[in-house]
Amino acid sequence: MKTQRIVNVAVGGQGNLLASNLLGMAALDAGLPVVVSEIHGMAQRGGVVESAVILGGAKSPIVSAGEADILMSFEPLEALRLLGKCNRDTLVITSTRALPPFTVAIGAAAYPPPEESVAVLRKKVKKVVAFDGQDLAEQAKNPLSLNMVMLGALFARGELDVPVKSIKKMIRQNTKERFTQANLAAFDLGFKAAAAA
Amino acid sequence: MDKLLTPSGGKSHLLLGNEAIVRGALEAGLAFATCYPGTPSSEVPDTLYRLKKQSPEAAKYYFEYSTNEKVALECASGAAAAGLRTLCTMKHVGLNVAADPLMTLAYVGTQAGMVVLAADDPSMFSSQNEQDSRYYARLSGLPMFEPADPVEAKEMVKFAFDLSEELETPVLLRTTTRVNHAREAVPFAKPKTPKLQSKFKKDPMRFVTVPAVSRKLHLRLMQIYDKAQAVSEKGPWNTVSGRGKLGVITSGVAAHYVSDALDDLGAKTKVKVLKIGMSWPLPEKKIANFLKTADKVLVVEELEPLLENACRAIAQRDKIKVEIVGKSDKVPAQSVDVAAPDFFSRAFEYNPRLVRQVLAKTFGFKYKNTTPVSPKGLPALPGRPPNLCAGCPHRATYYAVKEVLGQDAVYPTDIGCYTLGLLPPISMADFLICMGSSVSSSGGISRATGQKVVSFIGDSTFFHSGLTGLANAVHNNHNFTLVILDNGTTAMTGHQPHPGVDTEKIGDSTTHIDIEGVVRGLGVQHVTTIKPLKTKSSIAAIKEAVEFQGVSVVISKELCPLYARRVAPKTRKPFQVSEAKCKGHLDCIKKVACPAMFLENGKAKINSLQCIGCALCAQICPENAILPVKA
Repeated sequence: MKTQRIVNVAVGGQGNLLASNLLGMAALDAGLPVVVSEIHGMAQRGGVVESAVILGGAKSPIVSAGEADILMSFEPLEALRLLGKCNRDTLVITSTRALPPFTVAIGAAAYPPPEESVAVLRKKVKKVVAFDGQDLAEQAKNPLSLNMVMLGALFARGELDVPVKSIKKMIRQNTKERFTQANLAAFDLGFKAAAAA
Repeated sequence: MDKLLTPSGGKSHLLLGNEAIVRGALEAGLAFATCYPGTPSSEVPDTLYRLKKQSPEAAKYYFEYSTNEKVALECASGAAAAGLRTLCTMKHVGLNVAADPLMTLAYVGTQAGMVVLAADDPSMFSSQNEQDSRYYARLSGLPMFEPADPVEAKEMVKFAFDLSEELETPVLLRTTTRVNHAREAVPFAKPKTPKLQSKFKKDPMRFVTVPAVSRKLHLRLMQIYDKAQAVSEKGPWNTVSGRGKLGVITSGVAAHYVSDALDDLGAKTKVKVLKIGMSWPLPEKKIANFLKTADKVLVVEELEPLLENACRAIAQRDKIKVEIVGKSDKVPAQSVDVAAPDFFSRAFEYNPRLVRQVLAKTFGFKYKNTTPVSPKGLPALPGRPPNLCAGCPHRATYYAVKEVLGQDAVYPTDIGCYTLGLLPPISMADFLICMGSSVSSSGGISRATGQKVVSFIGDSTFFHSGLTGLANAVHNNHNFTLVILDNGTTAMTGHQPHPGVDTEKIGDSTTHIDIEGVVRGLGVQHVTTIKPLKTKSSIAAIKEAVEFQGVSVVISKELCPLYARRVAPKTRKPFQVSEAKCKGHLDCIKKVACPAMFLENGKAKINSLQCIGCALCAQICPENAILPVKA
C-alpha cells in the first residue's frame, strides 16, 4: 500500500472540509488507513481553508513543504499560494474559475489571470489537471457541488487505492438527500473532465 | 440517532479528535459537562449540545455553555464534588481564566471522575498566543494526559475518568490543534451507564479551604502525586519501543512525526523511542533507565522544553552520562512550515519534514528530501484575509463610530469576529490582549493619555469577562465609551448561546438576560441602544455617548446574519448600483468594504448573490445611487 499525501485548498464556503471528510470515510469503508486534518477558524469569513488527507498508513496528520503527492485546489489563485507544498512530481488538480479575494474586488490588488496561473503551474510541476469545475457543478444543477466535481477529478487522476464505489457510497450516505443525484452527477462530470484533461 | 450515541461497541467510525473526546466521555459514563467554547476545543461542547438537542432520551448528561471558563470549572467542580462524572472543556487561554479555581480544586479534589480539557494551539491558527498548557500540570500538581491522535484521545479520556475517580482528583487532558482537528477511524466500546444524580456529602474539613484545612490538603495533593506517578511509571501510556544506543523522547502529535520520520529514514531498528502519553507526573524512573541505556537522546516536543529540562534534571541527579539534544536558542524564520529549519524551536508547531531533518542531523542519518517548488517566477499573489461577512452589522457600527471620531480616538477591541475591524478600511482596533481587555484597558488608556477612547466588545465576551471591568470603570470614575456589539450569539466560535441570547429563537429553556438592564444595573449613567443598520440615528446616538463625561455604553443590537439565516430568516431584497446615478465617489468601497461589492471600470458594483440587503452602503452613497433590486 502506498502512502499518498493529499492537500486540499479552497476558499471558505466551497466545501473543502466535506470533500476531505468524504474521502476519509471512503478510505475507511475500503479498509484503508487514513488520517484527515483540517484548519478551522475563520473559514466562514472568506478566508482560505486548507485540509489534508493522508492515505496508506503514515501517522502524521499534516503535510510539510514539498511533500504533497497531490494538491487539489478549488480555485486557481489558491493553487499558486500553496505551491510550496508541491515538488516537481506533485500532481496538481485545480479548478480554473477565479474567485477574486476582496482585496482585488476593491482594486487594492491585482488578480493573476487564471490561464497565466495554470501556465505557471505547468512550468513548476510535471502533471497539472486544470478545468472549470464551477461550470461542471452548474451543469450538474447544484452550484455548490464544486467539491464533488473536484473529488471526481481526484479519483480520475489520483491513482488512489480507494475505489470509486466507496466514495460514491459515502456521497450517497452523507450528503443531503435532495442533492444526492446532483452530487453524484457532479462527481461524474469532474471524473470525465479530469480523465480527458 | 447520531453514531456518537451508539449504545454498543465494536465498530470504528471516522471521528474528529473532538468527537472522539465526546465518545470517550460517553463511554466513561459522563453525567455533567460544562465549557466555554474556543478553537480548537469548540466541537467538544458543540457536539454535546447537539446530541442532547437531537436525542434527549439517549443523551442523559447535563450540559451547559457557561459564561466563562472560571465559571465552567467552578460549576463542574460542584458536580464532581457531589459525585458525578464531569467534563469541563476550554481552549488553552481559557485555562488562564480558570486557573484560580484549578489551583485549589487540586487541593480539595473530587468525589467522582473529573476531566478538564485544555486545547493548545501551537502556531496560533485561531489564538492570541501559543502558551504551553503543560505548565498547568506542574503548577497545580494534577495528573495530565497528552494524546497524539483521536484514537488515543478517546482512550485517554476513559482512563483519565477512572484514574480521577480512584485518586479523587481532577485530571487534565491537554490536546493540540492537530489532535482536536484530525480525523481517523476510532473504535467504539460500549458506554457505561452514567450515574446522573447524587447527594452532596458534607465534609468541610475536605472541601472548605481555610488555611488549617489547606495545609492538610496540600499534603494530600502530594500523596496523590506519588500515586499518580506510579501509574505514570507502570501504566500503559508511557512506553518504550525499539532498541539501541540512540533514543528519542517525545509526546503528543510529535510522536507521530517521529514515527513517520524513522520509517522514512529506515531507522526504526536503530533508534528507541520513549513516547510520553501521561505527561505529569513524569515517569522519572522510566526516563532515567532510558537515558542510562542510551548514548544520545533527542527530545521531540512542541512548544516549551519541559520534557527536555526534566531529562536534563534527571540525568544530573542520577549522574547519567548521556548527550541530551532538544530545543535550540536560535530564532527561526517567520514560519517553520514554509522551509523547515534543521533545529527545534520553542515557537510554532512541528511538522514531519522538520522532525525528519532534525532527527537525521542529530543522529547522522542520510536522507534526500524532496525539493519544494520554488516561488520564483510566481505572479504577485493578492492576499485573501478573512473579512466581516456581507451585511455584518459590526461593519455598520464601526462606520458610525468612525463618522463621529475618525481615526483620532483610541479603539481597544476584544475577541470575536469584530476583531477583524483591525483590517482596512475599518482599521479600528488598537489594543487587545485577552477576553474582556477592551473594557478594562480603556480606563488605563484614557487615564494615562486623556485621549478619547471608544472600546468594542461582543455580547458573549461581555458576559464572559466584561462585567467586572465595567463595574470597575463605573466605580473608579473612568471616562470612555464602551460599544457592546450585540449580535445575539457567540458568532466567532460557531453560534453558541450565551446569557444574552434570545433563547426562544433556538428553543432552549435557559433564561435570557437583558444586556441593557445589566449595564444600567452596574451603574452606567449614559446607556443607549442603537440599530446599527440605521446609520443616521446611530451616528447621533454615538455622538451623544462620546460627549458624555464618564462611562457611557452604546449597545449596538442586530443579529449576526449567518445566525439569523438559521433562526430568524428574513427576505430582504439585495441592492444594486444605479449606473445612471453613480458618479464614482466610491465612498461605499472606501468606507465600508463589504465583500458583496466590487469595482468594474472604476465604478462600484454589488454582487446580488452575496448582498443580503442590509442597506448600509445605500445610506452612505452621496448620490443615493444604491437601490434595491427590482423584482
